[in-house]
Amino acid sequence: MKRIWSLVAAMAMVASVAFADTTLINGAGSTFMYPALTKWFEVYSSIDPSVQFNYQAIGSGAGIQQVTAKTVDFGGTDGPMTMDQMTAAPGRIYHIPMVMGAEAIAYNIPGVSNGLKLTPDVVAGIFLGKITQWNDPKITEQNPGVNLPSSSIVVAHRSDGSGTTFIFTDYLSSVSPEWKSRVGKGTAVNWPVGLGGKGNQGVSGILKQSPGSIGYVELAYAKENNLTYAVVQNQSGNFIEPSVESTSEAANGVAIPDDFRVSIVNSANPQAYPIAGFSWMLIYKNMMDSPAKGKAIVGFAKWAVTDGQKYSAQLDYAPLPSDLVDKIQKKLDMIKY
Amino acid sequence: MSRNDTSDLIFRRVLAVFPISILILVAGILFQLVYSSLPSLSKFGVGFLFHNTWDPVNENFGALPFIFGTLVTSLVALLLAVPVGVGAAIYLAEYAPPPVSRVISILVDLLAAIPSVIYGLWGIFVLVPCMRDTIQPFLGKYFGFLPFFQGPNYGVGVLAASIMLAIIIIPFIISVSREVILAVPTVYKESAYALGATRWEALSNIVLSYGKVGILGAVILALGRAIGEVMAVTMIIGNNVKISASLFSPGYTLASVIANEFAEADTNLYLSALIEIGLVLLLVSIIVNILARLLIWSVTGGNSTEGMK
Repeated sequence: MKRIWSLVAAMAMVASVAFADTTLINGAGSTFMYPALTKWFEVYSSIDPSVQFNYQAIGSGAGIQQVTAKTVDFGGTDGPMTMDQMTAAPGRIYHIPMVMGAEAIAYNIPGVSNGLKLTPDVVAGIFLGKITQWNDPKITEQNPGVNLPSSSIVVAHRSDGSGTTFIFTDYLSSVSPEWKSRVGKGTAVNWPVGLGGKGNQGVSGILKQSPGSIGYVELAYAKENNLTYAVVQNQSGNFIEPSVESTSEAANGVAIPDDFRVSIVNSANPQAYPIAGFSWMLIYKNMMDSPAKGKAIVGFAKWAVTDGQKYSAQLDYAPLPSDLVDKIQKKLDMIKY
Repeated sequence: MSRNDTSDLIFRRVLAVFPISILILVAGILFQLVYSSLPSLSKFGVGFLFHNTWDPVNENFGALPFIFGTLVTSLVALLLAVPVGVGAAIYLAEYAPPPVSRVISILVDLLAAIPSVIYGLWGIFVLVPCMRDTIQPFLGKYFGFLPFFQGPNYGVGVLAASIMLAIIIIPFIISVSREVILAVPTVYKESAYALGATRWEALSNIVLSYGKVGILGAVILALGRAIGEVMAVTMIIGNNVKISASLFSPGYTLASVIANEFAEADTNLYLSALIEIGLVLLLVSIIVNILARLLIWSVTGGNSTEGMK
């Protein structure tokens, strides 16, 4: 009996020592990044068992607010912070690109399979409500041989505020001056036409249920759910199929500024798929008030943008291009703790 | 004696804490809603209620389409649910053989416990295709002369959301109405039969008359549920900020826009406009409740504690 008690006491001591050595890192924000982060946390726990992560996928906007209020140690966002938001923060915040994602333009046209060709003009026209029928000459002239019906187009979009919508409206704003002035870009916008579905599953629900519908969903989601999706014409005039590779290419045709706050939609790279974006981790430059946390976050971020990328690629995120990874590591070295 | 007085007093004071805490809670919610929506209140003023644009990019906000959507879906849902719910309650309480009544009552209570997200999924996969392929084409063909049944047929929309809401609130109406009808003293019914009343006469003159306050209470409860319902409605209403006479067209409700956009609202004005939507939702519920209570008063002739006159 005595031995059992001493064993229990020993275990309790070990547990308390382990607990004392563990650094708990709290993060919040982007839901888009959440599956990648979860996978990374799981793998990273065996690489550095002394760090424990906790991430709340509450949305990019809320993530920015929480990191500004310093209620969390890092944030996650799909759209970069605005200048106003940067100045409102109590310290300098770095945007660290962690994953890249693309959006597929998925559709449900009876009798039409994958690979309908869409030009930027057509995409903007459909979402502005100007092209209303599938056999509109602007669509048929790019798709000879495809039997497009005369049925009307049902537009589906996200009803919840989301980074997915930000990237898509960012794309539309960059290819259509009319979209830019009439609607603009944001996590939620005033849609000229269409039905709103909540989440990727809401949009794909409308797509599956409504013949003649078109909408945008995350590429990984479109693939998993066997949605049919379009090849989209990029800035160089090539029709590009959305894929992990063509998404990574999107970062190669764009001059990446030092703060990484850049949009990579409508990339000039001839190989790039035009509707792609970064998700960023938001980290304070100065973390000298809690050196243990600073060390843990920087260590994790360095691992995630290098070795970690192969785990996120399993989840259909596009890997960051290698020259960008070098730049990110230099940036992470500038964080003080 | 004095010991009894003291314990009585303590008991009374302690009991009084509970209703007062409810008052404090409601006042606190109201204060917080008003305080947090001050930026939006001062920018848009009363116009917020009558303005029909919702543009987060240019920060131009108005609540009218959401108020409209909330009222229309709730009222259509009530129109559909009340006859079914009260009818079922009467049957269960008065006509059904006791074993049948017991089984159905258990099922009804089970229905009331299903989370609304489940109803929403069912809506997407079953109700919406059915609306698009069967119900709405039928309504459009035979009642298309009415403005309510015109326009493109998507399946999702105000009518689908209303039917969904009706299905969600029917169990509440059945459950409460059934209890109310069962509570009618048997002696009243027996007196009616003794006077030679038929079953229908006993039911309409005695049972429903005695129970109408309770049944209206059930309807108010159901209405409150319909106004505040979020998930199921959001999943099938189409979430489109516009006002249309057609029940086929997509719409939007107050609760849905909060659920949809709160997490990603990134500026102060945007957040505060969403919180003001919450304030409007609270006020709409209060006004509808007051109207319903006035209705009860008019039905019962100003005396709501005593159903029989």
